[in-house]
Amino acid sequence: MSKEPAPPIVRTEIVEFSFDGRKFSGHQGETVAVALLRQGIIQLRDAPNTPAARGMFCVMGICQECVIEINGKRKEACRVPISSGLIIDKVKY
Amino acid sequence: MYDATIIGSGPAGANAALEAHDLGLKVLIVDEQRDAGGQIWRVKSKSILSAPSTEASIKGDALRERLKQSSIEVKFETRVWHIDKNEEKNWIINLVSKDGSHSVLSKALIIATGAQERVIPVQGWTLPGVVGLAGATALFKEHMMVPGKSTVVAGSGPLVFFVASEVIRLGGSVAAVVSINGFSDWIKALPAMVLNPKLLWQGIKWIGDLYLKRVPLYWRHGIRSFEGLGHVVGVNVRKANKKWYLRHDPNIFIAADSVCYGHGLMPSIEASRLAGAVHTYEPALGGWVPFTDENGRTTVPYLYVCGDNAGILGAQAAPHRGRLAAYAMVEDLNETLPEDLLAKRKAEKKLLKWASIFGKAATGLSILQPGAGGLISKQTEVCRCEGINRLEIEKEVKTGALSPNAVKSGTRCGMGPCGGRFCSESMALITEQATGKTRAEIGLPTARPPLRPVAMDEIAKDLNYDDLPIPGVSPL
Repeated sequence: MSKEPAPPIVRTEIVEFSFDGRKFSGHQGETVAVALLRQGIIQLRDAPNTPAARGMFCVMGICQECVIEINGKRKEACRVPISSGLIIDKVKY
Repeated sequence: MYDATIIGSGPAGANAALEAHDLGLKVLIVDEQRDAGGQIWRVKSKSILSAPSTEASIKGDALRERLKQSSIEVKFETRVWHIDKNEEKNWIINLVSKDGSHSVLSKALIIATGAQERVIPVQGWTLPGVVGLAGATALFKEHMMVPGKSTVVAGSGPLVFFVASEVIRLGGSVAAVVSINGFSDWIKALPAMVLNPKLLWQGIKWIGDLYLKRVPLYWRHGIRSFEGLGHVVGVNVRKANKKWYLRHDPNIFIAADSVCYGHGLMPSIEASRLAGAVHTYEPALGGWVPFTDENGRTTVPYLYVCGDNAGILGAQAAPHRGRLAAYAMVEDLNETLPEDLLAKRKAEKKLLKWASIFGKAATGLSILQPGAGGLISKQTEVCRCEGINRLEIEKEVKTGALSPNAVKSGTRCGMGPCGGRFCSESMALITEQATGKTRAEIGLPTARPPLRPVAMDEIAKDLNYDDLPIPGVSPL
């Protein structure tokens, strides 16, 4: 079943951004949730009514579990792309 | 003013648009993704410059190329948040994008919003690291990423095996596959699946590969709970019976840092409900579906549906359903359909019939069995947004909440930012168990905008408070 080796995945250049005051890096244009997932960060917010962490769930912008804040506005981490110097905060209730 | 607006550009919506455009209509496509393809042929992230192609990426690229070659107007990264009609009975479609909100007018409207995942809540399903099965496919297709280092894949239907094989292809590791379906369910579906040998072979290869890789395969098992503090560390699994009731056996614990979990697809009907179409409950088609003729005409004039939102029949059926909806729309707008299109319609219907047999067999594996509701334990958070558990919903139902609207206003279940997309199904399951009513009798909560969350300042930006008419003090 051996085939020709699959061509590698080539991604865009690495950029730095911050989440909750900490520095992270990721590929320019990938989503916040994916860039953080690559670095093992899957806790994106705390649930509003229970003291429990939440993270990306539906991965398609429906469930609102991965919301983060950029410039005080709530955005879906699974849809918003990262760019160099982007400052991302955890949602404040 | 457009002749036709098409919401969603997966295989159904895009083909409806292409056909309508070829037939001379002024067409607009609106899609929330950055390009066409839908979930099945989801476009890759901008961050991937090159990557090995897959069947989905080849088909998706071909569709995207066809759309680019046509002069169809497209609005990508644009969401529809409200659908209304003006006095001339034209559709007003309210959109929101990066540039803010605006609306377009259209004589006819085709809704091709596809499917949404059904996930039966069990204890711990809100832990980070647990993602939907369909959600995982978005991770693979858009980002070529796996959800973690070691993944349990669990739930019903063919997606379980596709997701497990993709995790392996992309370099991840599958800790176990937990299928609530038994192997015999698949054997039963086989005669219908033989109709599409290519897809059947693909399915056999997925399962075969898992055996070859010695991935533990738990047929007819279900997840009892997700374990972890702050993030998932594993799942408790139990043997199930044909009706999806879990046995009272000791738990089998499987360690994992990620779980992909889901129970098939449901038609995404929020848009067609908001547009006023009548819907019926059809378990064989994935749940609630708009009531249509065989061309995709709904009960509302100049409103059509095609693709999985009209009943889950899969990607094979979608292009045919798209073209049929386009013919119906052209027929209604022009009050006639030329001879050659009548022949084409006949041919499309025949192709749709064959594709539907396969699609229904795949959907059949995720038809909810009587034990489904019992998977939700008393303390399980059902409404993820508002943190409402089963006990609270049951209490509300037992103390007289007779409709989903009543449960909603009594508990806030379904009032959070997701708009009840995930919990209204579970709420109905719990109500079904508590009252003995059928799903059709239970019904659905009232359809309300927004279809997708929108910030108030985005839709109210043009509003000047000084312009608001303030009525004078009423005379006593």
